[in-house]
Amino acid sequence: MAHEAERDPVTGQQTTGHEWDGIKELNTPLPRWWVYLFWATIAWSVVWWILYPSWPWLTTYYPGLLGSNQRLEFAERWQAAEAERAAWLDRIRESGLAEISADPELFTFASRGGEVVFKENCAACHGLGGAGQRNYPSLADDDWLWGGKLEDILLTVRHGIRDPSDPDTRESRMPAFADLLTPEEIADVASYVLSLSGQASDPEAARRGAALFAEQCAACHGDDGRGIREVGAPDLTDAIWLYGSSPEAVRAQIADPRHGVMPAWAGRLSEEALKMVAIYVHALGGGE
Amino acid sequence: MAAAAAERERYNEDIVRLFTLATIFWGIVGFLVGTFIAFQLAYPWLNLPYEWGTFGRLRPVHTSAVIFAFGGNALLATSLYVVQRTCRTSLFGGPALAYFLFWGYQLFIVLAATGYVMGITQSKEYAEPEWYVDLWLTVVWVVYFVIFFGTILRRREPHIYVANWFYLAFIITIAMLHIVNNLAIPVSWFGTKSYIIWSGVQDAMIQWWYGHNAVGFFLTAGFLGIMYYFIPKQAERPVYSYRLSIVHFWSLIFLYIWAGPHHLHYTALPDWAQVLGMTFSVMLWMPSWGGMINGLMTLSGAWDKLRWDPVLRFLVVSVAFYGMSTFEGPLMSVRQVNALSHYTDWTVGHVHSGALGWVAFVTFGALYYLVPRLWRAERLYSIRLVEWHFWISTLGIVLYVTSMWVSGIMQGLMWRTYDSLGFLQFSFVETVEAMHPFYVVRALGGVLFTAGALIMAYNLWRTMRGEVREEEALPAQLGALRTAPAR
Repeated sequence: MAHEAERDPVTGQQTTGHEWDGIKELNTPLPRWWVYLFWATIAWSVVWWILYPSWPWLTTYYPGLLGSNQRLEFAERWQAAEAERAAWLDRIRESGLAEISADPELFTFASRGGEVVFKENCAACHGLGGAGQRNYPSLADDDWLWGGKLEDILLTVRHGIRDPSDPDTRESRMPAFADLLTPEEIADVASYVLSLSGQASDPEAARRGAALFAEQCAACHGDDGRGIREVGAPDLTDAIWLYGSSPEAVRAQIADPRHGVMPAWAGRLSEEALKMVAIYVHALGGGE
Repeated sequence: MAAAAAERERYNEDIVRLFTLATIFWGIVGFLVGTFIAFQLAYPWLNLPYEWGTFGRLRPVHTSAVIFAFGGNALLATSLYVVQRTCRTSLFGGPALAYFLFWGYQLFIVLAATGYVMGITQSKEYAEPEWYVDLWLTVVWVVYFVIFFGTILRRREPHIYVANWFYLAFIITIAMLHIVNNLAIPVSWFGTKSYIIWSGVQDAMIQWWYGHNAVGFFLTAGFLGIMYYFIPKQAERPVYSYRLSIVHFWSLIFLYIWAGPHHLHYTALPDWAQVLGMTFSVMLWMPSWGGMINGLMTLSGAWDKLRWDPVLRFLVVSVAFYGMSTFEGPLMSVRQVNALSHYTDWTVGHVHSGALGWVAFVTFGALYYLVPRLWRAERLYSIRLVEWHFWISTLGIVLYVTSMWVSGIMQGLMWRTYDSLGFLQFSFVETVEAMHPFYVVRALGGVLFTAGALIMAYNLWRTMRGEVREEEALPAQLGALRTAPAR
């Protein structure tokens, strides 16, 4: 409804004379500070437009007085970083693992670089710091499935474990003994295996299992059950169990074994990165 | 008075009641899902062992539920209420068209949400629904435009009220954005899959032209329409400045549409487009604040009401959050700031200070105003419960926003830290580990915010049943908390 413009008693401002559903409007002028700040942001924008690439024109654009170009700046900084690192990486590429470890400066660089590689690529399974988790071995202890020497670790990282895409991958398969032994026999072998690490088990069953172990298992796990690294057969006499140490877990592993898989990192990581991560893992605590 | 009552009879309030109920319902749904996925981020085992129970599927359910279902129904409810009253005429197209709009819009929401949990998505943020849902929404939206614009055309007032300018800008621009961003070719007429006609950086640009203006026109212009009606009503004061409303409306509309490229700093988007997006975002600061000034200064001569009117407090605090977010936004659009903030939780905190503080709070204020009037109650069931809602939800927002600021800035700094040998100091996993405590605090903020909304739903339900709780220590002067003397 149109009304006469009137004066608002509280603010002293005129109203516009409009009214909608009881709502009126004051005719207050624009706040000065608001107008000034608005102009200031416009001026700031114009300065940016002059200095930096801004307005397009058909097939090109105004490039700005500063000649700023994100792609070139990025390429320059990338090259500078590459150049800074090149000397180090060249030395790593050309040195053997033992040489790198023997040179304190090079070792510092390699283990720091290896840490970065490890945390981005390996930590998802082996954990930050290489502590491992259930089904994924710890890399910080001296219990190695495939060997803990620098060259062993590098080989494992390079070709992976049971990676079907790499012909040189570390390969071994434990047979599924459910096809070869009766459930009672499997239980006997499990009792013997548990007794190897001093865990409670039925002595009578363990005695029966010992004979079966010598016959079926010793070829890979050794006569004394301490494992054979050439075939990745774990030591059964310690307290470290990848797939659990309960009688059920051990029986399940004998009957239908699980086989861990690790991808081959050659091709995904550079040669220097492979070496650096091997050095980092070796230094986690269990390197031989 | 008799004339006013007769006029009121002609207004279509049925449809506003339906949209109001839908707003409350979808709000609760959206807040619950949001809180759940916040806990999923803090405790990943909460990702259910089914693909539909994972964060990736539920996140768009949350965003669409709060933006399009809660926010959209709130805009529909208030716009259809406001346009009738400020044009003094009933809705164009009559009840049938209005009912089609209501059920059509709810169908859109259900089609979109069920698609998300089944993995049907275009993978465009805030535009996830596939082609068949997009087409349906286009039909519904055209009906909305016809009803709204038709009502304005047959108004019995000489001028169009400012709230309606904002609602109309919202309706028209959203139609344009929705259509252009969703131009797609279905793989088959019987399949859900389609391919967007844009590709590469053009697709990214169109997507963020859409995405930013969904914020600008859906969550800003539309909700400024709410502010322009409900603040003067609840404060019982005239709007502060007609001139400011004109200048800030046109400058906001003109500048917002250019700001999208600031979502694509340091990407394949050409430098010149980044610079234009950034500068237009900075110029947008004052036009945005024009709305804040008009909202806050409308309280001139009524500031004392904040002490005893918690509904007005919701509305005013929403405008304060609006002002804060629209300062933070231009700041974050500056390339050098964005280099730190982009892809971090800072963005998430920024969005939620706007979404929880501004959009949801102004909606709560409007709902508390509307429900007693639409259901012919003397006043709200309980003013004290509104107080509780206000303080619990405000505390929730503070926990949410501050934890995301700290987490986001920490995350950004960790990502860019190099050691003396030139290696990155932190791996991604280490930043995730460092953010965990803040994720827990954020989830607790969500719990508080949702608890407040549940209190509101209870209070409004009792109000709808016509109940009034006897409350001690209520102020003698209830002002706009008591519904108009018309009844």
